[in-house]
Amino acid sequence: MANTDPKKTWEPKFGRSELRDADFTSISGRPLRPLYTADDLAGLDGDDVLGFPGEYPYTRGVHPSMYRGKLWTMRQFSGMGTAEQTNARYKFLLEKGQTGLSVAFDNPTLYGRDSDHALSVGEVGKTGVAVDTLADMERLFDGIPLGRVSTSMTINAPAAWIFAMFLANAEKQGAPFAGLRGTLQNDILKEYIAQKEWIFPPLPHLRLITDLMAFCAGHVPQWNTISVSGYHIREAGSTAAQELAFTLADGFEYVERAVAAGMDVDDFAPRLSFFFNAHMDFFEEIAKMRAARRIWARRLKDKYKAKSPRSWLCRFHVQTAGCSLTAQQPELNIVRTALEALSGVLGGCQSLHTNSMDEALALPSEKAVEIALRTQQIIAHESGVPHVIDPLGGSYYVEKLTAELEEEAERIFHKIDELGGVVPAIEQGFFQREITRAAYEYQMALFRKRKVIVGVNDFRNAEETLEIPILEIDESVERDQVRALHEVKARRDNGAVRRSLAALTKAAATPENLMPRLLDCARVYATLGETSDALTVAFGEYMEKPIF
Amino acid sequence: MADPIIKVIIAKPGLDGHDRGAKVVARALVEAGMEVVYLGLRQTPEAIVHAAVEEDVDVIGLSILSGAHMTHFRKVKELMDKEGLGDRLLTGGGIIPTKDQAKLAEAGIGRLFGPGDDLQTIIDYIRDWHRSHPR
Repeated sequence: MANTDPKKTWEPKFGRSELRDADFTSISGRPLRPLYTADDLAGLDGDDVLGFPGEYPYTRGVHPSMYRGKLWTMRQFSGMGTAEQTNARYKFLLEKGQTGLSVAFDNPTLYGRDSDHALSVGEVGKTGVAVDTLADMERLFDGIPLGRVSTSMTINAPAAWIFAMFLANAEKQGAPFAGLRGTLQNDILKEYIAQKEWIFPPLPHLRLITDLMAFCAGHVPQWNTISVSGYHIREAGSTAAQELAFTLADGFEYVERAVAAGMDVDDFAPRLSFFFNAHMDFFEEIAKMRAARRIWARRLKDKYKAKSPRSWLCRFHVQTAGCSLTAQQPELNIVRTALEALSGVLGGCQSLHTNSMDEALALPSEKAVEIALRTQQIIAHESGVPHVIDPLGGSYYVEKLTAELEEEAERIFHKIDELGGVVPAIEQGFFQREITRAAYEYQMALFRKRKVIVGVNDFRNAEETLEIPILEIDESVERDQVRALHEVKARRDNGAVRRSLAALTKAAATPENLMPRLLDCARVYATLGETSDALTVAFGEYMEKPIF
Repeated sequence: MADPIIKVIIAKPGLDGHDRGAKVVARALVEAGMEVVYLGLRQTPEAIVHAAVEEDVDVIGLSILSGAHMTHFRKVKELMDKEGLGDRLLTGGGIIPTKDQAKLAEAGIGRLFGPGDDLQTIIDYIRDWHRSHPR
């Protein structure tokens, strides 16, 4: 029997083989073995580790029926120019079969500044839609019944007062708060870590988040209050394991803050959701998503003592990696996006955004957006992939990789704990340094051609000429938006605005929940920037020390 | 004779928080022997040019991925000319359509880099510019 172990037969043969001169690590630099075998599954395929779909610890998916029950939501993030232009894009996407809306705001809005602010010059309507007051929210969703579609809003620093404008608009449409469905990104921690769009220091921002969570638990129960996001952390250059660990650590921090504010974990945890990147390393991404579900479920159950199984679920949105797109031969991005989207589906995502091929060049054109959405439809309806739940479950390689990512994340959690937690680690620049280093190492690997990007550092097409249509934002958008803002300011009851803002500043210095105050400000057409300023009086501003 | 050390400011003007490219380039320039002042995020054109005067830099590099490149590059160039820095290089990178790059070149702005341009190309460009523009 001694000679019949086939692995023992294979190993020396592999050892004698001539191998390609290539870097056989993952895109994150993770060493990979040439072959994984049944030995790697030891301890990893039991019910307490792998389990069943819809069963703890959810490694195989959050629902018992996964995509046989319901396909993922195809949710293309979009917004540009004025509220009218974005409204027209939403109607176009709904007509093409998209099932949820996702709002991209422009940079001034993301920073809580009005379109006529000095730092807004040149930025209005460029990377998303500008929202200054409730009037813009009304135009943005004109003819779209908010009680019937689910709406996701990518907004963080001013999330609470953008949401107040959204709620005020729902009131005007006659849609009851209890029936509203959607998601706010509302994840300020990853702003300090990666995306860099904050207004106040971390603690007041975290207080606004717990206020919003408590308000929604009482009044908007179907709303997902935070989309804890790894996407931006990865785009900023982190590895897969850093994305996984930093994101979940942020999620734990929100749980701890809400519990400290007096909430019961089962009252808010079911409304937390996640947002991951799908990068080019196919299996590593799938393993990362599977590991995320397992880690979250274990922590929520064991450490935070959540009793409701709904609190244990790591439900997540996936977006394909913007940073993997190339300006060179942009049509190739269709292929990259398809592979990344497939990893999101095999990873068990609840919703998915596929990037458009032209996004390394400009905002996407309508043609490119349609191809991106069609890519998801091909995976959903032609490939047969969604027919079987977690089809890679039990794969020697994928299970081993899932476990390795989980172990690496646990080591990073430990390191964050040693630094005193997420907020002290932010203040010490820990995350920022780790990401900057990983980004530089990856860039060096490209530079040395140890990693290859087709059409960029290898297989280049020297005669390439660009032949795809590029969307341009008219410079008149800024003028029109500023004019509309000034018209609203001339028309509204300015006395009521002053009173609401003064009441907000006063309440910010007390522990009272600020959401009703923010709603009062929104209803009387206080601007985004005025509301930010009223809160800044109480909270102060935050500056980061530039490091590279 | 050794080349004099090239001094560069790297900055993110406006409200764009995408700083991965700026930081990678800043570090690559340092490793290539240049002196780099990284100003960081949310810089106004005035603050950037003020720092350039204070530090007496040879090169200003702006990173803009937010679509606001036409406004910011032109404004910084205008202020550089006004402050007597018309002989220094204004370059940068981001998501900048070819058509806009051509328009900015006409306004006296140097080469602009985009996704996929390698670090050596940027280093070589700055060194070549510096050699051919002694002051």
